[in-house]
Amino acid sequence: MRIAVLSGKGGTGKTFVSVNLACAAEQSVYADYDVEEPNGHLFLNPERTVKAPVTVMVPEVDMGQCIRCRRCVDFCKYNALALVQDKVLVFYEVCHSCGGCALFCPAKAIAEKERAIGSIEEGESGNVTVLTGCLNTGEASGIPIIKGLMDKLPKDGDIMIDCPPGSACVAMESIRAADYCVLVAEPTLFGVHNLSMVYDLAKLFKKPFGVVLNKCLPEENPAERFCVEHQIRVLARIPYDEELGRLNSKGRIAAREDKRYRALFERLLEALRKEAVS
Amino acid sequence: MKVVIPVESRSLEAPVCPSFGRTPFFALVDTDGGTHEFLDNEAAASQGGAGIKAAQALADCGAAALITCRCGENAAQVLNAAGVKMFKAQDGSVNDNIAALKDGKLSLLTEIHPGHHNHGGK
Amino acid sequence: MKQLLILSGKGGTGKTTVASALIALSRSRAFADCDVDAPNLHLVVSRMSEPEKADYHGFGKAMIDPSKCVRCGQCEENCRFEAIRDFTVGEFECEGCGVCVEICPAQAIAMRDHVSGELMLYRDDQSVFSTAQLRMGSGASGKLVTAVKKQLAQEACDAELAIIDGSPGIGCPVIASIAGVDMALIVAEPTISGMHDMKRMIDTAQHFGVRCAVCVNKYDVNLANTEEIEEYCDSFQIPVVGRIPFDKTVVQAVNRCQSIADYPDSPAGKAILSIWKNININFIG
Repeated sequence: MRIAVLSGKGGTGKTFVSVNLACAAEQSVYADYDVEEPNGHLFLNPERTVKAPVTVMVPEVDMGQCIRCRRCVDFCKYNALALVQDKVLVFYEVCHSCGGCALFCPAKAIAEKERAIGSIEEGESGNVTVLTGCLNTGEASGIPIIKGLMDKLPKDGDIMIDCPPGSACVAMESIRAADYCVLVAEPTLFGVHNLSMVYDLAKLFKKPFGVVLNKCLPEENPAERFCVEHQIRVLARIPYDEELGRLNSKGRIAAREDKRYRALFERLLEALRKEAVS
Repeated sequence: MKVVIPVESRSLEAPVCPSFGRTPFFALVDTDGGTHEFLDNEAAASQGGAGIKAAQALADCGAAALITCRCGENAAQVLNAAGVKMFKAQDGSVNDNIAALKDGKLSLLTEIHPGHHNHGGK
Repeated sequence: MKQLLILSGKGGTGKTTVASALIALSRSRAFADCDVDAPNLHLVVSRMSEPEKADYHGFGKAMIDPSKCVRCGQCEENCRFEAIRDFTVGEFECEGCGVCVEICPAQAIAMRDHVSGELMLYRDDQSVFSTAQLRMGSGASGKLVTAVKKQLAQEACDAELAIIDGSPGIGCPVIASIAGVDMALIVAEPTISGMHDMKRMIDTAQHFGVRCAVCVNKYDVNLANTEEIEEYCDSFQIPVVGRIPFDKTVVQAVNRCQSIADYPDSPAGKAILSIWKNININFIG
């Protein structure tokens, strides 16, 4: 089953939940779709890694063929081309790779070439195959990398997708192929506010979903109240644990080091299998 | 020569607009002939690359110099290729800056910022 | 107007916690929330009246007129974003490039304005607060961030200091928020993830030529990591303006819609006051 783990808010525990779920399964794939700040690999420390660049197509203008008609400059919605002193300038970082300039050039003077914007690294960590997407600094959009990761996912088996925070286009792209969404929430006003956003997102995409309440304190939990009010299934309640925080700060995986957490995540996995079936 | 200055409104007494790519208007002043006109900045409505589009428009209208508060690196690339000299604007109106230019009091714009990159692009 | 931007790279390190406290302590009359994807600042700044709202138009999106469509399929074939299926343009996939509009032999496709979010402006006689909410699944977050900053500059032009709560990550909304700021305060946490992301954040900020300073939040969770962060910053000559201990008072404050500055005797409250004094003397003045 393909599980997408999202939260709306950063720092609630997406990576914690997705990494530990991957470790609790017999065999699984962990895919890090938070390509701006991928973190899963810091815990899983994959070995035998292979890295491949992710490229996008950008225009290359042959000034020998160019008739200076400016059709490309005028067409481009992103203003990625300019014609100055008889030369066409191309601005790669604003190019959206739509292919329009090459398509519509009357002199067929524009070809497209590949340009690297990031990478995907594949490796093994015990029972987990680790896929890490990474966007180069200065690049605006991670969508092509997420699409690349999507292509690498196996058809079957357990796949944990660690999604980017928020509910904008990158988050949306991440849940497209998921069978089930796990929404992770922390017990603060911020947590609830952002939980409601990913709740809306999951509903919009008609994905079945459930909530994991993380860092639970003895006091009243606004996120739990939200779940009750909206009749959302709570899959697990993970109490706030200082020791866990310390373990996490050192990049250690709870399910691999602590029997209680292993059991917790095995139970969660079971609950998810039941959910995915029904 | 033709000098261009981003301006908040269609008036030579109006202050220089702090933005280049998204200024609402450009004042185009002919310092030799003493004439002037105002250009609507169509780049202001762009979803991205506004600086590039604005710079293209200035290159097209034959500007020899630009007086501006700031300029991004992509726009600067276009302007440099077009041979447009960039000067740093001082506090004050368009007229104040034209006068300062004529008196040789304006310095060249050397700080080119990396751009606002607000093309969204998902 | 001087601009101080609060960033982190990693989410959940405490940007909004720090930003809201600095806003209170500095008595700033201009502040903004540039985390347009998941804005939170409005939950913890002093209560203001109803905001002025304005629709925000991101990219135009293509729309196919079924009455003109001859179902040739050229649009779908040439769409690089896989946004066209069954002669319908998907709202979330379309990036407004215009290829389909141009290529359609029947001129059945046109670009339509698209509301991809909402700009909000809170105003009272003391201060101006600019923020926005991006609609779910939208792109053009960078442009909306720029709109938030522009709104702030326009409405609060006589304010001396503007404090801006940034968004997580290193992509376009962050890049857009960095432009034109005087200083970025990076909130770091002493965890492996936090340190990794802080480095990418510093890299990004320096790539765009912005002056940085760092503060370490929840520093006592891992002292060794905190020291590593401080050594790293030292080696790159990035000033470390303070350390904030882990403090449950912060959660209490947030859940009561307050900033930690309202708890000046708490460990976190004291630490943030010291950070503010440091920034004020050494960087703002």
